[in-house]
Amino acid sequence: MIEVKNLHKSFGGVEVLKGISTTFEKGKTNLIIGQSGSGKTVFLKCLLGLFDYEEGTIAYDGKIFSQLTEAEKRNMRAKIGMVFQGSALFDSMTIAQNVMFPLKMFTKQSKSEMEDRVDFVLRRVNLDDAHNKMPSEASGGMQKRVAIARAIVNNPKYLFCDEPNSGLDPKTAIVIDNLIQEITDEYQITTVVNSHDMNSVMEIGEKIVFLKNGLKAWEGSNKTIFKTDNEVVTDFVYSSNLFKKVRKMYIDENE
Amino acid sequence: MIAEMFRKPTKWSVMKQLILKDVDDLIIGSLGIVAFISFFVGGVVTIQTALNINNPLIPKYLVGFATRQSIILEFAPTFMSIIMAGKVGSFITSSIGTMRVTEQIDALEVMGINALNYLVFPKFISMLLYPFIISIAMFLGILGGMAACVYGGFSTLEDYIVGIQTDFETFHVVYAFIKTFSFAFLLATIPSFHGFYMKGGALEVGKASTTSFVWTSVAIIVLNYFLTQMLLS
Repeated sequence: MIEVKNLHKSFGGVEVLKGISTTFEKGKTNLIIGQSGSGKTVFLKCLLGLFDYEEGTIAYDGKIFSQLTEAEKRNMRAKIGMVFQGSALFDSMTIAQNVMFPLKMFTKQSKSEMEDRVDFVLRRVNLDDAHNKMPSEASGGMQKRVAIARAIVNNPKYLFCDEPNSGLDPKTAIVIDNLIQEITDEYQITTVVNSHDMNSVMEIGEKIVFLKNGLKAWEGSNKTIFKTDNEVVTDFVYSSNLFKKVRKMYIDENE
Repeated sequence: MIAEMFRKPTKWSVMKQLILKDVDDLIIGSLGIVAFISFFVGGVVTIQTALNINNPLIPKYLVGFATRQSIILEFAPTFMSIIMAGKVGSFITSSIGTMRVTEQIDALEVMGINALNYLVFPKFISMLLYPFIISIAMFLGILGGMAACVYGGFSTLEDYIVGIQTDFETFHVVYAFIKTFSFAFLLATIPSFHGFYMKGGALEVGKASTTSFVWTSVAIIVLNYFLTQMLLS
């Protein structure tokens, strides 16, 4: 579980996060949604420890990150898996080497043990025969799956995904969403997904935090988002005619 | 940046491979261009020197002497380093800069890896072999001079060999290698700095490479002046 309390972050005097407090629960897919410029990526980078923040605390299973020693922070980071928006695969390494990288850096496993683990996670993300391909030879969807495989290879306790299905076709995007959901359930990890894809919201949003102008404007789930009267949320989520109709159908069905 | 580069070292088994890869990219990969340029510039230096010695009272072996001095004191350590600022420097800046743009550095940092140690330290260690490149540049420069001198008919092989042995001072080679080590440090760190701390996209990677080349060249020229002042005057 990740607990965030009163998080403030500024850039050059401009406050981007204005006191966000929320909890990301273990074994659930937690979504951060909001318009471009609402502070989602900054929030995610604060959670990852890539940005320092002026005020507030972030606690991983009760341990406040900023109060940890360097060694403790290093150990904590080894428990984090991250899927970047552009996948961020190391382009000088093959797909198998990319996935093996966290094992080589943080474990004392033998080469055969590492290879077995890489085979297992690549199978898990349905990439059985891509071991020797370079990232540049893989499609966008494959790269995302490799990024997920690299993120989970070292059995993380926390999985962060920054817009994991951006740039993907709707079908592949759903495959990626479902994969994230399945992995979260299977390994009981705390997953935080940064997204503005409405399909993701409906499919995997077990917990949703909606940000607007650096503030938490709403909190709920993919079940409660249909019923909310919060105008800020409805303006954003149901901005397209398709989703307006979906919402109407959902409400009609449940009345 | 330099202090941070030595903190939180990467596992030796991984670091060893990174160093070998950088030796291949930065040192071995530069040998071709270094050999080509050194040989022909050595020839040009010899021809220019020979053509400017018109006085019959000046002995012919001075062509070899002047070529040796030019190559060992300035051409090989300094001008080859400026060429390397273009070749090796832009490679370092663009490769690290691309990793920054594509979030690969963020990926390393999220994993708790000291990205400066992982990316810059192997380059720094690899560049300790830079004097090897400069030794080859010295040898091939003098050899190119000899070929130009003999086949161009400017003097005999014997005169040239006498010239390159005349008034040889070991300290000149020491001076050249002190400069080489200093320039190797600049070649590893300045381009890495420009790549690592760059912001923006693909266009900025190109700009960072150009900026790094300019600043590395300026630093080499300025340091060359001060080292020469300190060591030779």
